[in-house]
Amino acid sequence: MLVKLAAIFFSMILVNNYVLVKFYGICPFLGVSKKLDSSVGMSGAVIFVMFMATAVTFPIQIFILDPAGLGYLQTIVFILVIAVLVQFIEIFLKKYVVALYNSLGVYLPLITTNCCVLAVTILVVDDYGADVAALGFGAAYIEALVCSIGAGVGFMLAMVMFSGVRKRVEACDPPAPFKGLPITLIAAAITSLSFMGFGGIVENLFNVTL
Amino acid sequence: MAQEKKSKVSILTNGIIKENPVLRLVLGTCSTLAVTTAVSSALGMGAAFTFVLVCANIIISLLRKVIPGKVHLPCYIVIIAGFVTIVQMFMQAYMESLYNALGVFLPLIVVNCIILGRAEMFACKNSVVDSALDGIGMGIGYTLTVVLMASIREILGSGTWLGFKVLPDSMAKIGIMTQAPGAFFCFGLLMAGCVWLETKLDARIERKSCCDIDNLKKEAE
Repeated sequence: MLVKLAAIFFSMILVNNYVLVKFYGICPFLGVSKKLDSSVGMSGAVIFVMFMATAVTFPIQIFILDPAGLGYLQTIVFILVIAVLVQFIEIFLKKYVVALYNSLGVYLPLITTNCCVLAVTILVVDDYGADVAALGFGAAYIEALVCSIGAGVGFMLAMVMFSGVRKRVEACDPPAPFKGLPITLIAAAITSLSFMGFGGIVENLFNVTL
Repeated sequence: MAQEKKSKVSILTNGIIKENPVLRLVLGTCSTLAVTTAVSSALGMGAAFTFVLVCANIIISLLRKVIPGKVHLPCYIVIIAGFVTIVQMFMQAYMESLYNALGVFLPLIVVNCIILGRAEMFACKNSVVDSALDGIGMGIGYTLTVVLMASIREILGSGTWLGFKVLPDSMAKIGIMTQAPGAFFCFGLLMAGCVWLETKLDARIERKSCCDIDNLKKEAE
């Protein structure tokens, strides 16, 4: 079980990296990764919200939507839950954890409409929803949560790496039409190329098939 | 925006060229990168996207005097999510292969910044007909751009266009174009080409990603 969890965790970070391989959350990736501190802050907020959102939506799907045959309402229910959750987290942090609010507060409104949060909640249901029958709800729930944290950490890795790449790119002098976003996208292509090298690493490292 | 009455034609063409959502406004980048591996999925996504955008624009424009300002975002999201669900059910029933090809990007239309952005910037201030035209224009602009990008990637990457063989077998295929790095690369090149054209035509604009941190910090202050 532990090996499988580790395999899930690392495959979400390296092989199925949400930003560079799967293209979830490109907007913040391009907009926020200009500086190291803002990319760390944003990814911290994303990890937190992804974890909380998965923790709430997975049981909703298993215990409410599926037994009632309302699977088709998934999109509406999940996006509403995420929107409410982000609002709630914002209010809670503002009142009780002011230090955290000061560092993450700017990024929270961005997260409601961030595709990676909705994507992770839908994908864990697709991937681990079937495990509920095979392994029991507890095990499937833990797998889903580990998967959501892995996705968030992968997002952070991409953001932090790319903020470094970007600093170097900005110091260069590309041809005039490439200045700004186009050269950033080309740099992202090369960063993404490096992640292709991780294909198959998790299966061989942990000796499991996912 | 409200100072002069715009003609219907200019509203329609606005989204195709002047405010092309993908290449000029840099919105909805996630789906653009993801669905352009093949022309067929780009066309499918473009159609689904246009349907949701037009319907959501019409309904939001109809309800623009009813929706209270404080909760406007959740209201928009529910309206958009409703139409996305309709598209999902339709595709699952009649176009199973396309449904599987688009995967999670179909429900992710809900959080596509183009749709939310048009609701916020256009549909909540303009009449129903204008909003519908704006939706059609933006939808066509998005579809044309993703199909163009998908054509480049599919022809170079697998030597086909919409499934038909285009390049002879003797030509080597650049497999990387259909994978993740090719998407970033192709998007960057297209955008650079677009900037080059703008410089020639003297219509350059400053491009910023929709979640630009500098904008956000300005808003917060």
